[in-house]
Amino acid sequence: MKVDPTLPDRLARTGGFNASACINCGSCTALCPLGMGPFPRQLFRYVLLGAREEVVRHTEEIYSCLLCKMCEDNCPAGVHIAENVRTLRTFLGREELGLATSEV
Amino acid sequence: MSPIPIRDTLGMLEDNLERRKSVLPVPRRRALGWTKGLNLPRGGERVLYTGQMFQIVPAINAMTDRLAKMEGSWMANYFGVARRLNRWVNLAGVMARGDPQEAREYSGFLRNIVSLLRRSGVEFGYLYEDDLYAGALAHDEGLDDALRAHAEVVFRTLRSHGVKEVITVDPHTTEMLREIYPKVLKGYDLKVRTYLEVLVERRPTPVKQLGTSVTVHDSCIYARREGVIEQPRELLRRGGVEIREVERSGRATQCCGGPIEMLFPERSSELATQRVGQLSQVSKQVVTLCPLCLANLRRVAPEDVKITDVSTYLAKAYCPSTPAPAAADLSGAGTRAPADHGTPVEA
Repeated sequence: MKVDPTLPDRLARTGGFNASACINCGSCTALCPLGMGPFPRQLFRYVLLGAREEVVRHTEEIYSCLLCKMCEDNCPAGVHIAENVRTLRTFLGREELGLATSEV
Repeated sequence: MSPIPIRDTLGMLEDNLERRKSVLPVPRRRALGWTKGLNLPRGGERVLYTGQMFQIVPAINAMTDRLAKMEGSWMANYFGVARRLNRWVNLAGVMARGDPQEAREYSGFLRNIVSLLRRSGVEFGYLYEDDLYAGALAHDEGLDDALRAHAEVVFRTLRSHGVKEVITVDPHTTEMLREIYPKVLKGYDLKVRTYLEVLVERRPTPVKQLGTSVTVHDSCIYARREGVIEQPRELLRRGGVEIREVERSGRATQCCGGPIEMLFPERSSELATQRVGQLSQVSKQVVTLCPLCLANLRRVAPEDVKITDVSTYLAKAYCPSTPAPAAADLSGAGTRAPADHGTPVEA
């Protein structure tokens, strides 16, 4: 696994990303109506480890999130899960998909 | 299999927001046809703000049907071409012509809301062509630059009309104007309330006890972010509607699948089917609080499950006469008079 040590800091700078508060209890995964295996705690772990390629590999999962906040509403550690996912979308949009700066 | 391409789809949304001030631009008569004959005053310190959500949904439905057919097909490969073309031609206007009858029904919901507010003595104006889409989809998809630029346009427009307070009609616009804009804009100071919150405060007297029962599908945004759970229930109960609660209701509500209908139509449809199953076990009459939930649940609902917007019931209970019929030329097709309050309520 290649590691990009700047990844967690870069995401944290956006202000909304607080995955480091996660205590890895699994409530979010259990409650997710989509029932996707790596979602969302494993994904946040990849970010915290700087495993950029793993984050990019899960692009589809990141864009599948409903942002319904079922997980966030029940997170015992107060992780802003939906905002974290949104932050990952902004990151992927900018750095992988060429979005968020309109081409003319 | 080729899924719907994320990059080109989101790129199109981004382009539309920048060039046409909406993620799915609808023609003017679609956006404003519902106001015909209502004599809504233009502007004012307090305005009704639809954010075009009820007007866009019939177009979203048409688009979703088309995308569902493309998911996994060779057509999905042509999204890059479509995005380039869309910069010059409004493809949404061509591809997403919604069903005229559905558009009339959604217009009826907005007219119900106007009747309810008037009945409750609330004075308000309307911004007509300046009632802009609030940018919820751009926010959700993380298109932050596009969102910030659009939010500035919306706020500038509201300020130019001297607006101080807005009354919203759907959860997505409410969240954008109440929670998100204050975070992305400097000096944003508008008071934002949903029409349900306004109505509960005014305590209108019902003109009729409906003597029926329903189950409520709570919107995730209203229930978990905006604290709108009890207001619609209180209004329904006062109007003689018994509420049978589904297990996953209120803050524990389960998503209708709508947020991913554009990129993952199949998965969205599976979630909607699951939710309709939960709701219909409790009641065959389901009330929704969001036009996107309504569209997504209806798409998969069996015929004996009647799903409609909460305003349908409220207008029947609180408004003495039917609102003026929605404009017959609203959709540019047919002259059939619309149903007075949307879907009939079995009393």
